[in-house]
Amino acid sequence: MMRLAALLVVLLIASPAAAVDPGERLDDPVLEERARGLSQELRCLVCQNQSIDDSDAPLAKDLRVLVRDRLQEGDTDAEVLSYIVDRYGEFVLLRPPLRAGTVLLWLAPFIVLLAGIASVLVYVRSRRPEVAEAPEPLSELEKARLEEIVIARDPRTD
Amino acid sequence: MIAEFGHFVLVLALGVALVQAFGPLLGMPFNAAFGRLAVPAARVQFVLLSVSFLALVYAFAVSDFSLSLVTANSHSAKPLIYKLTGAWGNHEGSMLLWTLILATFGAAVAFFGGNLPDGLRARVLGVQGLIGAAFLMFLLFTSNPFLRLDPAPFDGNGLNPILQDPALAFHPPFLYAGYVGFSIAFSFAVAALLEGKVDPAWARWVRPWTLAAWCCLTLGIAMGSWWAYYELGWGGWWFWDPVENASLMPWLLGTALLHSAIVVEKRGALKRWTLLLAIFTFALSLIGTFLVRSGVLTSVHAFAVDPARGVVILGILVFFVGGALTLYAIRAPALKVEGLFAPLSREAALIVNNLLLTAATVAVFVGTLYPLALDAVDGSKISVGAPFYNLTFVPIVIPLLLLVPFGPMLGWKRADVLGATQRLGVAAAISTIGLAAAWMWQNDGPWGAPFGIALGVWLIAGAFSEIGYRVRLFRGATVAEAFGKARRLPRSAWGTAMAHAGVGVMVIGIVGITSWRVEVIEALAPGATFDVGSYAITFQNVESYQGPNFRADRGSFLVERNGKEIATLTPEKRVYPVSEMPTTEAAIYTIWVADLYVVLGDPTGTGAWTVRAYVNPLVPWVWIGAVIMVLGGMISLSDRRYRVGAPVRARNAKPGVPA
Repeated sequence: MMRLAALLVVLLIASPAAAVDPGERLDDPVLEERARGLSQELRCLVCQNQSIDDSDAPLAKDLRVLVRDRLQEGDTDAEVLSYIVDRYGEFVLLRPPLRAGTVLLWLAPFIVLLAGIASVLVYVRSRRPEVAEAPEPLSELEKARLEEIVIARDPRTD
Repeated sequence: MIAEFGHFVLVLALGVALVQAFGPLLGMPFNAAFGRLAVPAARVQFVLLSVSFLALVYAFAVSDFSLSLVTANSHSAKPLIYKLTGAWGNHEGSMLLWTLILATFGAAVAFFGGNLPDGLRARVLGVQGLIGAAFLMFLLFTSNPFLRLDPAPFDGNGLNPILQDPALAFHPPFLYAGYVGFSIAFSFAVAALLEGKVDPAWARWVRPWTLAAWCCLTLGIAMGSWWAYYELGWGGWWFWDPVENASLMPWLLGTALLHSAIVVEKRGALKRWTLLLAIFTFALSLIGTFLVRSGVLTSVHAFAVDPARGVVILGILVFFVGGALTLYAIRAPALKVEGLFAPLSREAALIVNNLLLTAATVAVFVGTLYPLALDAVDGSKISVGAPFYNLTFVPIVIPLLLLVPFGPMLGWKRADVLGATQRLGVAAAISTIGLAAAWMWQNDGPWGAPFGIALGVWLIAGAFSEIGYRVRLFRGATVAEAFGKARRLPRSAWGTAMAHAGVGVMVIGIVGITSWRVEVIEALAPGATFDVGSYAITFQNVESYQGPNFRADRGSFLVERNGKEIATLTPEKRVYPVSEMPTTEAAIYTIWVADLYVVLGDPTGTGAWTVRAYVNPLVPWVWIGAVIMVLGGMISLSDRRYRVGAPVRARNAKPGVPA
């Protein structure tokens, strides 16, 4: 199941996009593909939560061209990202980097999930004996009463 | 004059809300008669706020520019429908609508709640009145819609042109009906804590309200997403925008609440957890209102940016949620724990559902608010976008979806997991066929996409396996017998199956659009022909025309498939002179299993235009799925057991019609 999850994550990251101009495109389809991928990881600085791949803003276009320039210079994907982060700050990354300040951001959902699972297990464990437990044996008084009823109903005693 | 009347009535509504709140909440311990104030007060409040809201709509309809709100948000050249919807297309008006919907729900409890115990009903309405009073004060003191302008200007400043759209015009009312609807669950939770009693009857009263709110919220979110898809012009349908997240959070937790309330109703277990969910769901609705209304997160939707208002909403949030949680801390431990169950049972399955939904809510919550918190703590600015949610939200939701079909198959208390798995064999087989079909159909999509399709098929087939099992289809029953049984199944069973199948349809849509989109971006001169997917498109021409309140360039594209003409698409670029804002109107041709989506871009200066064309496979299913979910919810809502008058009417049901 985790493998399937991981795999669906991979496919959902590779989502397509919109605002690229025909003039910006690189001739090398492999480089262009990488440029599109990187563009989806970078935030348009003047827009609201839009990637530069989606944005019509001129600044987004400048960044897209910059990404492609770096790729043509032979940068790896990581080098392109760090080049841009050096100039524009972490704010451009739509996937916040994992560091001391963002550990909680990345882990909170999973901490809550694990804590939830743990408390449910504790809860279920604490309740299980009650489920399995046989009813308490009858007291002497109850036995006597039961006997009375059974005898009262027994046709032979009529 | 009418505006003054609306203003006056609004002040009156505040007074009535205070009576509705303090009568039952403070007065009842002294004299039960105070509790009886709640019902008439709720009715009067509804009437007063309706009148006030209509007065505002009237001011917009006749373009009364002596109201500063109308001047700021309307224009005489606007079509009448957008003048009317403009009444809530702004901060003040939308908050008035918020309070009106709150009062509507209150009046509905007063009206339909005849069989609620008097004390409970009075307390529910009291809490409802208190929320109403808080928001009416907020409205009157920080966001009064009825303020006059002297001298009145000759014309208004228009409405954001991007908002002049039918889906968007009706998106806020549904969204608010969802947000505010959860206030009823909250009020019921607080009333139950005040009374110190939560029983299955309580859950039966809460469920229909929660379900109604959930349906509205689902529809509201779907409308917003649909609007973004066709209006924003880049064909995306969900952007993880903070304002979208603000509506998704209460939806996720509300979905959890819907499921946990079932456990309270059927088994009397999970009481405290359900109370907590009711409190937090409404808290997230308030947070959503806060995020959107305060403009604390700048976003495409945030047309109100005023920190002072944000602080007041935050105060309201802290008061109600803090108060409710304090009450919870005092009273909840005294609630009797009931309803034993084994680790493998439907109760346990619903707990897993709740856990995963809660974790998914947390992912959206931290993603939305963490950047703000981090900025406040160490001044560093980060962005959280789709890549984050793909790594956190998605892996939490996928196991949830995989497990959905098991839920209804498991028995209460102690389930036969092996049997449930066997009963899902047919669904698993169908889903495998779906996987194989998608695998063979796709040429160059991501290799995980067929698994996504299989997941969607699994959800749909799994949903109907439960129905099939219950009517004993293929297990000795003839078709006629099965049909007869199917007709007698409770509507809630059909509703559950529909809603779960709707999720499956939506999953298929999401996988389709994210995996197999075909894109063509070209600079083209009129007369050029290009291919996108299996369509051949001819760019015929561009002509300019003058709309009622905008200028537009309209492109004309002839679409052919297999040599046959099938459509002419006319995407537009519009400019609204009042605000000098350009908008794109994408042209969409849908064949239900895919959309052809064409956008006219800018002229390149050499006689050519930038043209973007996409084939978006399966994307309509995203919204069709949402609509099926809502229909499922409505069918469930019509089940006589959950009708608002449930316990009494069910007993009076006609003989021969099992409830």
